[in-house]
Amino acid sequence: MFAYYLQLGLRSLKRNPVLTALMVMAIAFGVAASMITWSVFRVVSGNPIPWKSSQLYNVQVDDRGPQYDDPPNEPPEALNYTDAVALMQAHKAPHQTLLYDIGPSVLPQNPNDLPITAYGYATSADFFTMFDVPFQYGSPWTNADDDAHASVAVISNELNKRLFGGANSVGRDVTLAMHTYRIVGVTNHWDPKPRYYDAYDGMEFYPDPPQVFIVFNRAIDLRVGMTGRNNCGGPPMHFSSDEEWLHRECAWIPFWAALPTQADAQQYKTFLVAYAAEQQRAGRFHWAPNVRLRNVTEWMAYKKVVPSESRISLFVSIGFFIICLVNTIGLLLAKFMRRSSEIGVRRALGATRREVYAQFLMEAAAVGLAGGVLGLLLTVAGMQGVGLLFEPDVARLAHIDVSLLVTTLVVAVLTTVVAAFYPTWRAAQVQPAWQLKSN
Amino acid sequence: MQIKPILAAMRRHKAGTILIGFQIALTLAIVCNALFIIHGRMARVSRPSGVNETNLFVISNVWAGNLSDHETAVQIQADLDALLQLGSVEDATALNSFPLHGSGWDNIIRMKPDQIHMTTDSSIYLSDDHTLNTLGVKLIAGRNFTANEVQALSIQTMASWPVIIVSKDLATLLFPKGDALGKQIYATNNNTPSTIIGISDTLQSHMMDSDDNAFAYNAVLVPMREVGSGYIHYLIRARPGQLAAAMREAPKALIAQNRMRIFYANDGEVTFAKVRAKAYERDYGMAVLLVIVSAVLLAITAAGIVGLTSFWVGQRRRQIGVRRALGATQGDILSYFMTENLLIAVGGIVVGTLLAIGINLWMVTHYGVAYLSGSYLLVAAIALLLLGQGAVFAPALRASRVSPIEATRTA
Repeated sequence: MFAYYLQLGLRSLKRNPVLTALMVMAIAFGVAASMITWSVFRVVSGNPIPWKSSQLYNVQVDDRGPQYDDPPNEPPEALNYTDAVALMQAHKAPHQTLLYDIGPSVLPQNPNDLPITAYGYATSADFFTMFDVPFQYGSPWTNADDDAHASVAVISNELNKRLFGGANSVGRDVTLAMHTYRIVGVTNHWDPKPRYYDAYDGMEFYPDPPQVFIVFNRAIDLRVGMTGRNNCGGPPMHFSSDEEWLHRECAWIPFWAALPTQADAQQYKTFLVAYAAEQQRAGRFHWAPNVRLRNVTEWMAYKKVVPSESRISLFVSIGFFIICLVNTIGLLLAKFMRRSSEIGVRRALGATRREVYAQFLMEAAAVGLAGGVLGLLLTVAGMQGVGLLFEPDVARLAHIDVSLLVTTLVVAVLTTVVAAFYPTWRAAQVQPAWQLKSN
Repeated sequence: MQIKPILAAMRRHKAGTILIGFQIALTLAIVCNALFIIHGRMARVSRPSGVNETNLFVISNVWAGNLSDHETAVQIQADLDALLQLGSVEDATALNSFPLHGSGWDNIIRMKPDQIHMTTDSSIYLSDDHTLNTLGVKLIAGRNFTANEVQALSIQTMASWPVIIVSKDLATLLFPKGDALGKQIYATNNNTPSTIIGISDTLQSHMMDSDDNAFAYNAVLVPMREVGSGYIHYLIRARPGQLAAAMREAPKALIAQNRMRIFYANDGEVTFAKVRAKAYERDYGMAVLLVIVSAVLLAITAAGIVGLTSFWVGQRRRQIGVRRALGATQGDILSYFMTENLLIAVGGIVVGTLLAIGINLWMVTHYGVAYLSGSYLLVAAIALLLLGQGAVFAPALRASRVSPIEATRTA
């Protein structure tokens, strides 16, 4: 019966090609616009580590006092060196890590080639376990390496390809910023987006994955240059060397703690308050403890990681789609009511209301399907143009996959069928007697 | 034209009337908020940078070797000398950041050493005696830096600097009476003052976030060389007509000076036109998207009106025929449908205006955008009225041509 109704539907659609084309195009444009902006939105607003986003916490400690807080009452978004090192040594969480952005030069294996820059992080061993970094060769360095200020490095498989042609380079040396490091591990491709763990530096959508990781303590010893954000927004301070800068209250080190349960998080927060209170007693802080623990989702919301452009364009597209659907309701109504007499005849010959429903909803589904297919083509074409509409760093994240294609079709058909409920209901209300009489 | 019969007829097809009205309302709400956003973005894009952007290009450079601060300063000077040797180069300067760059150093500006809250915030451009000339920014008061005043500084080290040049807008903001020259301000985080020795013409800050709009034209030029581990940007002004040649020769000249360096993004050199395009790509993208959406939206709404009105005309052929037979002119029929659409459109516009204001208020609280001005509502309302009248015209004309003979036919 469905096949028959579908056939009827298609025949009816052919009868007013202009009206049909209008509906199909409205749905296609609406669904394509929504899907294109959705494809961008889903990556920028996605949870980069869903399986443990509630267990990883960004740590903030107010080290400059309430009069300098910006926004009011919020501690700086990263730690200074003194506090970061103190919290590492306290070791009150099962795992904790700290990091800063580096961009050392890398000397090529062939001395005739020009040096390149590799961006990455000076961090600690727990970084790799906390953020679930996958390894192609070797493994992360150990906590003992952290304590020994070891000259070891982990490199990405992209850098490994570039330097060693993709061979297992564990145990070999790499020269970063003119110092030699022994490679202990090569990561698999790893680039969670948004890059939540370094949102402090505005690296959420940085196009390339991090290339190199070295031991934080070693990087500090060698004064490996910091390429990230440095905020010395506190009280006036004098310093005339990098050495002095290191020990001032400048925010530049994101600090993360892994706290598996709510109880752990509570306990850690108590510890942080106690730590700040101790600093206050020691005369370093002249204000009441003000600390924050935000898990990945809370941190991304606080940092407003999702670009407002992406949100606005999604809202606009959805609004656009709704208008297209309202338009479709109107046109379907016109189309169905024009066939009142046909409905009257069918009803008089014994068709139930239910059958009228089935027939007209099938017809709407056919429109939705056609709109979906055209919308699919428009989405694919539109995705090529996403680079024009969004920042390239964000646009390149948007991609077509099976789920997007299926969603496009399903959304088109479902919404059209829903839109057809009212016109269909009106069609089913047609009184056969009245229709027959007027003829 | 009597309105009463039109209203009576509308009551007979409530659903269609409401659908068209609702569609017009939604379209108005979206289009006028879109216009508002487009206008805001385009206003941002058309802001001047103060820089003479033609014939200017940038080479971003980071050092690969371990140069000491002193060696770096010497190397930068040697680089600049080598660039100036090129026949295609008119002038060159080394900067830590520049207008439209997005990242750089901004610092709070204070008027007194013990002041806690900032007076304003400003870009700090670590520059030299060639900076103003290379950028093509005029000095409107005071004097330029001398070569001897330029010192070396690593970015983490907040040294003090005795002399600075400030942009016109910053000078006016800090000293509204226009007596900025020779005055002292605090532009570093330590408590040593800097004396304003010069005032430049308009010069944009490096900050591109819309949050930073209040500081968009605050710039402090400091006679310092960035010798830290970050990027140093060579801004190079080519002689007229020799931009391509200069862009080809400059990287080679730098490599010949010292090959232990890395240029940003491999190619090294980028025209200022590209810098501008990149700086505003988000704004352009948003504007383009909204223009497309608005245009398609208006087209679809027009198509919807054509579709539904055609249906009504078809449905009422007999009634039209009767009216014609009873003496109504073609003009009467035409104006009947035009007026009907006008009434629906006005209703839709009233609802749409409320909706538009609601959406705007929501965006004001959530995204801190400005309040929608009435002119956008007016423009969008007029556009939709005209659109409705234009869309209804063809079906209405067809209706007016219905012959009186239709009255005698059965449906």
